[in-house]
Amino acid sequence: MRAVVITVSLAFVLVAVPSLVSVYWVKVATAAVIFMIVALGLNLLFGRVGMVSLGQIALLALGSWIAARLFFLTGLPFPIVLLLGGLITGVIGTLIGLPALRLGGLYLALITLMLAGAISIVLTHVDFPNGGGGFLGHTEATVEYPDVRRPSIAEADDAYFRYAVVVTALMFLLALAHVGSKAGRAWAAIRESEPAALAAGVNITRYKLWAFALASFMTGVAGGLLAANEGKLYAEQFPTIDSITLLAVVLMGGIFSLWGAVAAGFLAKLLPALLDDWGVSPDFVIILFGVGILQVVVTAPGGVVDQVPKDVKRLGRLLSRGVGRLAGARGPAG
Amino acid sequence: MIEVEGLTVRFGGVIPIDGMTVTFPGGTCGLIGPNGAGKTTFFNVLSGFVKPVAGSIHAFGEDLLEMADFRRARWGLRRSFQQEQAITSLSVFDNVAMVHEHSGQARSSRRQDVLDALAFVGLEVSPKAKASVLDARDRRLLEVARATVGKPRVVLLDEPAAGLPDEETIHMGQVIAKIPSQFGALTILVDHDMSLVSACCETTAVLDFGKLIAAGPTAEVLHNEHVVNAYLGTEEEL
Repeated sequence: MRAVVITVSLAFVLVAVPSLVSVYWVKVATAAVIFMIVALGLNLLFGRVGMVSLGQIALLALGSWIAARLFFLTGLPFPIVLLLGGLITGVIGTLIGLPALRLGGLYLALITLMLAGAISIVLTHVDFPNGGGGFLGHTEATVEYPDVRRPSIAEADDAYFRYAVVVTALMFLLALAHVGSKAGRAWAAIRESEPAALAAGVNITRYKLWAFALASFMTGVAGGLLAANEGKLYAEQFPTIDSITLLAVVLMGGIFSLWGAVAAGFLAKLLPALLDDWGVSPDFVIILFGVGILQVVVTAPGGVVDQVPKDVKRLGRLLSRGVGRLAGARGPAG
Repeated sequence: MIEVEGLTVRFGGVIPIDGMTVTFPGGTCGLIGPNGAGKTTFFNVLSGFVKPVAGSIHAFGEDLLEMADFRRARWGLRRSFQQEQAITSLSVFDNVAMVHEHSGQARSSRRQDVLDALAFVGLEVSPKAKASVLDARDRRLLEVARATVGKPRVVLLDEPAAGLPDEETIHMGQVIAKIPSQFGALTILVDHDMSLVSACCETTAVLDFGKLIAAGPTAEVLHNEHVVNAYLGTEEEL
């Protein structure tokens, strides 16, 4: 049943959305879909294994950088570049995850945040590849430099949107396959009780690093998608504070379900665009997110994906009771 | 058989285990003593959570302290915890399967082995139920199922009946007493309930302030003068 709902809604998104909305909204939707992958990575790390990373946006920037460099350097097919970018980012992310073996909670968050800051400072100095030569691939010489290329089957914005949706769906399948398997059970044990995991024979070091590798791989793939979506990349697109905003939307979306990452993508990218459209400064989302986090922490730990279905059910019960009461009141009189 | 020689654990100035030398011959062995005697610390040394400063532990001839902590479960060392550690977000089945898949047993027998372990402890809930909905008794039984699935060689039970009413403690005792014959595993039971220890354990060792004060057949040990003074108390005191 759930599989049917998911397939139908995915088909609707693929076919209908690009033809229903303007180019601007297609681009916004593409950014939201790509962001879902980034949110999925943190959702896995935090929701499944219980490790907080505040360095995910820096990893996204790194993934974009690596993919852009590979695009300009090689003529490799687009999916291969996505895969390579993901793998390289995965290796780097695993190294960043090394402190997680010794540190937890606030200290891990702080260490990953500092690393994110370091990465973004380096990226500000070396800048993003734009078709130049050398290792860094950046040149100031040309005024008109080329865009990062898109796959030949998805050059137009609506086709690229569909491409991004398919890649994102694949990332969710990868995550689902992990959660329902040996790794998912080991992660659950690590999150709830490291002694119990150890007593069960779980190699905690290996499974923690694997979670970092997987989340970083996904974030690297998202970086590649983003690079081709934007065409031109700037360090200012990846402010360090976005890693904190990411944690906020992942929490609001819901960390106990992978689908929370879908909600997180909408919250992070669609909501600011909507506010902008209504003539409100998108900066106000920070305030909305603050209120949202407060609500999640106090009343709805399962986030949007857990709370909304419950609220809808409650509303349905309320309505049917109201209708029933009305019918009951009329009954004897009529 | 587990042979412990001169085991000493030190936490700063505290010495929870002080030159402990004891042999657990096999079957179900009791390990008793007052709070703070070092019973749980001893289990934590066996599990690898705590590194001793001196001494050795040989289990069936193998040097346990040389083994990496996470490898000990694969070798066959299992345990339950004083505070039950059911993984609440996993199903009952997955709680047990999680142990089985790290135990080096064949994947093909996993389903049957897990169901057998659940049946062995007498857990009568759906294997698909989330562990979070289980009551105290069922969580305790789930822990024992986790400790016995997939060819255990040594089973450590740390107050498995703590907080359970008498009737359920009797059921737990019957399950524990069957472990050695069913799985051929040496079982060590830590508990404060002397009727449970008497019912399950052929031999019992007594710790006090990290030192072994008595060991032998359970009935003899429970009447030992030192044990009565250090732990059980005399009838007048009761």
